[in-house]
Amino acid sequence: MAEAAGDAHAGDESTRRDFIFIAAGSAAAVGAAATIWPFINQMNPAADTRALSTTEVDLSAVELGQQIKVMWQGKPVFVRHRTAEEIAAAQRDDFANLKDPQADADRLIQEDGQAGQPEWIVLQASCTHLGCVPTFAEGSAFGGWFCPCHGSDYDTSGRIRRGPAPRNLDIAPYVFTGPTAIRIG
Amino acid sequence: MSGPSTYEPKTAFTRWLDRRLPIVRLGYDSFVAYPTPRNLNYWWTFGAMLSLCLVVQIITGVVLAMHYVPHIDMAFASVQRIERDVPFGWLIQNMHAVGASMFFLAVYIHMFRGLYYGSYKAPRELLWILGCVIYLLMVATAFLGYTLPWGQMSFWGATVITNLLGALPLIGEPIKNWLMGGFSVDQPTLNRFFSLHYLLPFVIAGVVALHVWALHEAGQNNPAGVDVKSKADTVPFTPHATMKDLFAMGLFLILFATFIFYMPDALGHADNFIPANPLQTPPEIVPEWYLLPFYAILRAIDFNIGPIDSKLGGVLAMFAAIGVLFILPWLDTSRVRSMRYRPIARQFFLIFVVVCIFLGWCGGQNPGNILAKAGPFSATLEWVEGGTVSQAPIQAAGESQWQEAADTAEAAAREQGATMTAVNRTGASTGSLRTVAGGAVQSRVVTAETVDALETAIGAAKVEVGQAAPFFTVERRLPPTFTVTNLSQVLTLYYFLFFLVILPLLGLREKPGRVPDTIAKPVIDGKAQGAS
Repeated sequence: MAEAAGDAHAGDESTRRDFIFIAAGSAAAVGAAATIWPFINQMNPAADTRALSTTEVDLSAVELGQQIKVMWQGKPVFVRHRTAEEIAAAQRDDFANLKDPQADADRLIQEDGQAGQPEWIVLQASCTHLGCVPTFAEGSAFGGWFCPCHGSDYDTSGRIRRGPAPRNLDIAPYVFTGPTAIRIG
Repeated sequence: MSGPSTYEPKTAFTRWLDRRLPIVRLGYDSFVAYPTPRNLNYWWTFGAMLSLCLVVQIITGVVLAMHYVPHIDMAFASVQRIERDVPFGWLIQNMHAVGASMFFLAVYIHMFRGLYYGSYKAPRELLWILGCVIYLLMVATAFLGYTLPWGQMSFWGATVITNLLGALPLIGEPIKNWLMGGFSVDQPTLNRFFSLHYLLPFVIAGVVALHVWALHEAGQNNPAGVDVKSKADTVPFTPHATMKDLFAMGLFLILFATFIFYMPDALGHADNFIPANPLQTPPEIVPEWYLLPFYAILRAIDFNIGPIDSKLGGVLAMFAAIGVLFILPWLDTSRVRSMRYRPIARQFFLIFVVVCIFLGWCGGQNPGNILAKAGPFSATLEWVEGGTVSQAPIQAAGESQWQEAADTAEAAAREQGATMTAVNRTGASTGSLRTVAGGAVQSRVVTAETVDALETAIGAAKVEVGQAAPFFTVERRLPPTFTVTNLSQVLTLYYFLFFLVILPLLGLREKPGRVPDTIAKPVIDGKAQGAS
């Protein structure tokens, strides 16, 4: 039947055949892409991994001048109870010569946009250079964090002051859920 | 190249087989009758060693996978169990770990051989590119494999390398999370790295088959770099090449065995005997020795290039260092293959080899280490003893006028006889000025070998003076220094210059050396026949 129709319009035959080829080829390409996609997408973070996206932290146990590391999304986060000297140093250097200028107060802002408390700073504990975990005070010329891998030096607000890191330590998104409790993520 | 097959089945069975599946014929034509140039030297034996290495890695790897557990809580212990409890596990594990180093040692010699004798030039461009693909797969496989023991270096090496991909703009972060299967290197990462580490060697084996196929199609290059002219220039692969390869392999295995039995961990890093700890970074993170040159190139870019920040720049330079090998056949413009007849290129090549070795050295050093400096680091501390201290606020009209206001206030204080002044900025346009009037000005000079030591010395001096000084002014003098990073930069520059400038330009300018009579002229009475 189709052949008869083809014969009737002999001049159109090649166009019709081309169309069928292109249509079939396109359908096959879409099918191939649809088949490949699950095999690529399966490597993305799984639901249980993504479910670890919030962490509750009780701050009442953290003494002044103490710092705790909590795991959030499998990565360490610093929750630091800053002393008055550290806060003063952080605020004083708001106008120092910074590689990635940012005021200390801006680094404390909670996820919902409200201002944070200067005593508490919540930072992602991975150096913005290549992801090592900086240590506190030890080695830092600015009284903050120091990355042992390639010598990036951060101040008491987690701002990059010296070394190869391109950015300040990232702030972990957090909100105060009570006077002494925060939720990260 | 091989010409028509000369295989003749001798028995009824082989005749029967040959009609149905000529596999014996394929083997005979490829590894027995295959004509090899008669002037090949020992640098041509590394291909056989590499085949051996691949086989060793696959066999030992399959065995290790029978005992290894790809779980973050058990991986480290399972490797220790293989080393201590599994019968001959220590031997097989050592063979696999040392085997990786031997594999790279052989591949680097094989690559330098190809570079020196121009084995990448027409008609062997694809042969060379397939080799580069194999090398790239080897690097990926080695990286994945190094993660599996789940020691500190495994974990942090994987973290640093996956973070490198995060440097790519926009797509970097999603690709990084896709690769890790989470937001950090964790169980999903280890599990998939194990799966891929098992897969890739078989991919390598496939590309090796293509590599050998391309080799047999184009024919082997030879130290003279002059194409084989007739059958008289060649000898059959067996026994000539076979025996030579076996002898070289024997020597190679002696070296291999020395490492396995006497210093199995000499090429590894001590920190990898500490179980992975995501909360603590080891003092230094370095890859295995065979990737150090590329690590040095990565770290050499510590400056921003226009819109490309230093991190992305380093990543691009590192990949470009391997990428440039792929286009080498079209970068080298010389029509002469072998550097034996390229006197100037040979000098540059030798420098290139030295540069690669030193890049490897740099990759293993702390990048900030000072190799040379113009003088000691020193600082002058000044303070006033016995003066009266006073403090006054500074208020500038606006943020932009701050510096002006501070300078004015300071100058005014000096006018009034202050011996020392210090400005402390507390806000956008506010601050305070501390002054000391009267008293005796004291000073002290401290010197040190490094910046950090200088800061320590300054701190110590301040403590020593103590309460006697209300505050200090410190003037630091930092001499120009030449660090490991600077050396890496120079070496990286040469690495790229060699491929992108020296080889393209030199090929057009250089006058090749004379080809010796033994090659240029017929040996016997103007006829090159009857040699065999």
